[in-house]
Amino acid sequence: MEKLSPDWTEATRLLTAQRQRWTTKYRFDRLFRFFCLTSIVFLIVVLSAIVLFVSKTGLLVFRDVSPWEFFFSSRWDPEHHRYGAAVFITGTLYVTFVTLLIATPISISTAVFIAEMAPPRLQQWLRTLLDLLVGIPSIVYGYLGATLLVPWIRKLTGAPVGDGILAAAIVLSMMILPTITRITDDALCAVPNEWREANYALGGTKIEMISKILLPAAKSGIAAAVILGMARAIGETMAVVMVIGNVAQWGFDLVTPSSVLTSHIVMQILNVDFQSTTNHALYMMALLLLFISISFIMMIRRLRLKGGPSS
Amino acid sequence: MNNQAPGLHGKMSRLRIRRLMNRLVLSIISIISATVFLIILSLLYMIVRKGLPDIDIHFLIGLPEEIDAGGGVGPFLWNSIYILVLSLLLSLPIGIGAGIFLAEYAPNNRIMEWVRAAIESLASVPSIVFGLFGYALFVEYFQIGVTILGASITLALLNLPVLARVSEEAITAVPSTWREASFALGATKAQTIVKTVLPAAMKGILTGISLVACRAFGESAIILLVGGTSSSGEMWDFHLLSEGATLPVHLWYIQSEALVADAQQIAQKTSALLVLLVLFLSFIIRFPLWLSQRKKRY
Repeated sequence: MEKLSPDWTEATRLLTAQRQRWTTKYRFDRLFRFFCLTSIVFLIVVLSAIVLFVSKTGLLVFRDVSPWEFFFSSRWDPEHHRYGAAVFITGTLYVTFVTLLIATPISISTAVFIAEMAPPRLQQWLRTLLDLLVGIPSIVYGYLGATLLVPWIRKLTGAPVGDGILAAAIVLSMMILPTITRITDDALCAVPNEWREANYALGGTKIEMISKILLPAAKSGIAAAVILGMARAIGETMAVVMVIGNVAQWGFDLVTPSSVLTSHIVMQILNVDFQSTTNHALYMMALLLLFISISFIMMIRRLRLKGGPSS
Repeated sequence: MNNQAPGLHGKMSRLRIRRLMNRLVLSIISIISATVFLIILSLLYMIVRKGLPDIDIHFLIGLPEEIDAGGGVGPFLWNSIYILVLSLLLSLPIGIGAGIFLAEYAPNNRIMEWVRAAIESLASVPSIVFGLFGYALFVEYFQIGVTILGASITLALLNLPVLARVSEEAITAVPSTWREASFALGATKAQTIVKTVLPAAMKGILTGISLVACRAFGESAIILLVGGTSSSGEMWDFHLLSEGATLPVHLWYIQSEALVADAQQIAQKTSALLVLLVLFLSFIIRFPLWLSQRKKRY
């Protein structure tokens, strides 16, 4: 080979530099893809480990307790080997029902107010306020419930303690109100403006537009909002612990101290041995919670597939 | 003319009824909303008003007392911040990475649909389920007791699915023409994502981070099970295996179990502190975003 001319050296240098740049560029590309893949694999593995672990431990309870007793007996008395969870299951469903009864109408009318009636500047402020409220720790609501609400209920109803389903439901309503309102608000805003104008063109009033066009058009979004609020209410633990009284008994009259799944788990778990039937029963309750919340999300996905006005 | 009058009259009165209904229901809606916001704002104001004036530096960094009045919440405040930072450090890269994979790399098939459904479901699983898992893993299996480390990792696990979902949604919302423009300039996929897609999706991702941070900061059930109800009793304790009670758990403990003389004052001050810190947290996370929007407007 001859001696390279100065031009050649320059070209080789440039080419090498270019290749170097390419190599780093594509190495970064591969590394980044690898990082993302690892993340998702890690996520899947860990989450399925959690679900598997909770199911496995929870289902062990049926070695010692019959499903019939677990689901339908109201006698929770581990010292005498009675593991009926009916009180807690009913309690959870009941609290959620009362919560929704309070929170849904209020949230929907607030959302209608924000989306349809508030002037733009106020709209902006209220939305920011709601976004901030979602972040307030639930324990603060529980604290408010324990210090303000419970004495108030006691005075008003003459109940001896004041703790119970009603206090829990009011606290939870406060807590899920921002969530339901905000998502409903989004659903209402997704309804195209032409639909509103069509109503006015036909001579309809505003409330007719809201009740006959807006709410029906946004109903799947509103349903999703309510279900999401429901999921939060069912899963809330410490705020409920502070106001429900934590006694394993029925609380149908709303002001008797009672228990729900979450509060019962957290109050008992620290005192039981890991291999005991009590522990397995508590895991079974957690598995129920897991199952309920997963089926809620499946409902929301179904609703979304059916589609709102935006699709 | 004469025989049309009753019809017209009927129509007129129906119109009047409709108008009346309209005004009535709309004012009911306004009254409900005004009441809701009034109640919420006055509750928040009351919490802050009752607690804030008494908060001093001694309360913020002082050690708690068991019996006597005048203790602080220093270690709990420190644990709150420490656990929040640790759990975010663990969950942010993995959560956002998983979101990027779902939005940019994942093939469009049945299995990925399943993964998406699973992640969405797990994003709203009750925290107590994660708490039980953390308790079994760290306290029962590893036998390290209630620790800061366990609490942070469990919180990170709780937040992973939420982060993955929020960042996936934010990234999918970026128009594909932006990606194509970047490819046309010779960028690789990774460069496109890092330099074009992520900045464009930043608004959604930051909102998600703020959501997750507030959730981690306010979470109490997981901390109670995996972090315990007390602290190491020292200030500025970086040790990962100390007990990791945070402010929310301390509020619960003070309110329901504590013997300390000024429990009520401590609870008031702690809840005021919690509310203010959460507002501050969501403010600083969204601040850069707000700043850039402001710049764009002018």
